Amino acid sequence: MSQAKVPTWVNIALIPVLNIMLAFLVSGLVILAIGENPIEAAGYLIYGAFGYDEGIGYTLYYATNLIFTGLAVSVAFKGGLFNIGGEGQAYIGGLGVGLICLSLDHTMPLYVIAPLAVIGAAVFGAAWAYIPAYLQARRGSHIVITTIMFNFIASSLMVYLIVNWLKEDGRMAPNSRTFEESAWLPYLHELLSPLGIEIGDSPLNLAFIWALLCCVFVWGLIWHTRWGYQLRTLGTNPTAARYAGIDTAKVTIWAMLISGGLAGFVGLNEIMGVNHNLLLNFTAGYGFAGIAVALMGRNHPIGIILAAILFGALYQGGAELAFEIPTITPEIVVVIQGLVILFSGALEHMFKDRIEGFFIRRAVA
Amino acid sequence: MPYAIELRDISKRFGAVQANKDICLQVPAGTIHGIIGENGAGKSTLMSIIYGFYEADTGHIEVDGKRVDIRSSQDAINAGIGMVHQHFMLVENFSVLENVILGAEGGAVLKNGIGQARVELQRLAHEYSLDIDVDAIVEELPVGLQQRVEILKALYRGARILILDEPTGVLTPQEADHLFRILKALKDQGVTVLLITHKLREIMASTDNVSVMRQGEMVAHRETAHTSKEDLAELMVGKKVRLTVDKDEAQPSEVLLSAQNLSQFDSQGVKRLKNVSLELRAGEILGIAGVSGNGQSELLNVLSGITPMDEGEIHFAGQVITAKAPKNAAQMRDLKMAHVPEDRHKMGLVTGFEAYEAAVLGYHNSPVYNGKILMNRKVMLDECNERMAAWDVRPPNPHLKTANFSGGNQQKIVIAREVEQNPEVLLIGQPTRGVDIGAIENIHEQIVKLRDSGKAILLVSVELDEIMALSDRIIVMFDGAVVGELDAKDADERTLGLMMANAFNEEQEGVSA
Repeated sequence: MSQAKVPTWVNIALIPVLNIMLAFLVSGLVILAIGENPIEAAGYLIYGAFGYDEGIGYTLYYATNLIFTGLAVSVAFKGGLFNIGGEGQAYIGGLGVGLICLSLDHTMPLYVIAPLAVIGAAVFGAAWAYIPAYLQARRGSHIVITTIMFNFIASSLMVYLIVNWLKEDGRMAPNSRTFEESAWLPYLHELLSPLGIEIGDSPLNLAFIWALLCCVFVWGLIWHTRWGYQLRTLGTNPTAARYAGIDTAKVTIWAMLISGGLAGFVGLNEIMGVNHNLLLNFTAGYGFAGIAVALMGRNHPIGIILAAILFGALYQGGAELAFEIPTITPEIVVVIQGLVILFSGALEHMFKDRIEGFFIRRAVA
Repeated sequence: MPYAIELRDISKRFGAVQANKDICLQVPAGTIHGIIGENGAGKSTLMSIIYGFYEADTGHIEVDGKRVDIRSSQDAINAGIGMVHQHFMLVENFSVLENVILGAEGGAVLKNGIGQARVELQRLAHEYSLDIDVDAIVEELPVGLQQRVEILKALYRGARILILDEPTGVLTPQEADHLFRILKALKDQGVTVLLITHKLREIMASTDNVSVMRQGEMVAHRETAHTSKEDLAELMVGKKVRLTVDKDEAQPSEVLLSAQNLSQFDSQGVKRLKNVSLELRAGEILGIAGVSGNGQSELLNVLSGITPMDEGEIHFAGQVITAKAPKNAAQMRDLKMAHVPEDRHKMGLVTGFEAYEAAVLGYHNSPVYNGKILMNRKVMLDECNERMAAWDVRPPNPHLKTANFSGGNQQKIVIAREVEQNPEVLLIGQPTRGVDIGAIENIHEQIVKLRDSGKAILLVSVELDEIMALSDRIIVMFDGAVVGELDAKDADERTLGLMMANAFNEEQEGVSA
């Protein structure tokens, strides 16, 4: 029995590129329909995302959040779990970061606060994922349902905490006081300028480097540790996992803890890196976009980095586009993002089977 | 007179598996026709083709002498074919009436359809003596009556050919007897019945004709009156190429594993393993014979720690394992019990893994394969290369996905993994299922070699020849219980076949499930 194989590059390159092209084609039709020139629009979008230092900085800053949430989704997915709760875990992770910063920024230097904030983000995010994980592993409640619900609980909890406890006294805005600078993650443009490298001002900060380190960590964890081996066994063949004596409940819970911790790191980038205070709704849908990023990146860290940069470019280039062509409102940009998610995520199999069939037939012939 | 249903050269392939091969079948109208075969012989696939769930790759179906094109279950219903599935397709919180009209509501307003259905159902119930309260809620009915609803559903849609897939699997003996009375009544009214089962007793008791399937092929057609249980049992199990294994007289010594009164219930509360006791000695191969689905899988799973037992105890390696003090599969491995599972795809391998990864499944925690933090890939690869050479695994490529090896080579990867751990006890299920002849010999030699080094082997196989060629002692299982034990020297196919069909003591027992 020999099975014809599809070349690897077809799966990891050709099909995703084809899907994106199709998404852009349909987006072009949408832009035509509102009476604008799609070529010109594409030009603004690409220039906005990659055309100048600040644009690139913004693109990578958005990508940072998406790498964290994309990794979170993929770790759970490797164990056969669909973690839809990245949004809530990121939100609560941010709470962890905020509490560390608010309590230590007057007394401690950055090199003490930053590691503690990393731990805070991971612990808070993981704790928020633990409850659905426990319910799935020990009580059989479906993790998709519980993680979705926990997004809502997280959202309400944060409103309550910020409005009632953490809000700055005497101010109307629903956010905490601004941290002292000792609790600000340095911007990359600040870090690089002493080295003689000048890049334009952008919110891109040290969290981006941490995101890349997390990619390496996840890669090693999943493909090179025995825990990762157990996770992948559970994710692809649960019966074989029981045969192998793997404690499936324990692996399930740990997968969700790591997933939640990774999602929590969004708080590093947003709270400590950019906003410098604890505020409402800073997660802005990154948790959900992470699902698309993981899908498109084939649950592999390299793929996730590439997909996160693509989505980051859509966020940044889209903003530029809406600015340059006023008839293309931010809502149209959301439509374009939606089309990319639709074609690369939900409609993944539209071409896949046919293209694979083509290559299999060609290999057999 | 044309046949009620005729199959011509039906073939169906799933990937590498030929599920049905050139099946021909002729069923005269107004008869009960049995189709018998082991699990995995292709019976259910064939019925799914007739009922339009799958399309045949080649061949066609004729109903009443006319060729019909069945592409969906609706086509099958239109052709007058009805099916009662093994697992009922009923909406549990609907009434009998609502279930029967489901999919044939007769218009957007339910009221008219329900009125007509009520009248029609009463007629059907009367005609075929299928009494039932049409307003009862299905989930409140006993299983036997739920099945009756399925039969009514088919008849209501005008079925003249009724297929029943393992209908007695969920029934008590009394309910089963009642079912067969109903089938007789249906036959008297001219309905043609196709009965799929692996139980010989039912075939003998209720059918006019019987066809035997084995490994995807139709191997024999018999008139039930002119055949016997032994004949059918032999046809089902099949005579393979005569296997010969060179082995010396066994030298059994101390008991390595003993099990007492092991019982296990499935999630429906049905007792699948019934008070099984056995002893396994060092230096012997104990064969478990039986038609598949009679508790062998459950026995393997309980002994290996994959599923906990509900009653009884196991003594192994100085430990007493009970329902209250269970050991999981990893703990059993630590006590040096190895297990080659019956189904390598579902259980023994992760087909998406590369060969060298699958080659440590279950032993992945061993310090041999692990560094401080990361797994030691080099050790795993080196060992996999060595084993592939020693066991002649082809192609000898540790990076190939396990799914892309042939069945025989996959099996070698699994057996090598378990045997090379040098276990005290080896549980081995269907060691040569789907393995080609050359590899079978090699696998058998390895099993005997392990025995000769003083280890104990428990062999489960549905191939009688394999059981007889390898075993030193044979236990026969039927319906979850041990029904006989004999020395391999005294075993012949006829005796084993009768024991496997539990025909030795059936007369005294009368009705047994």
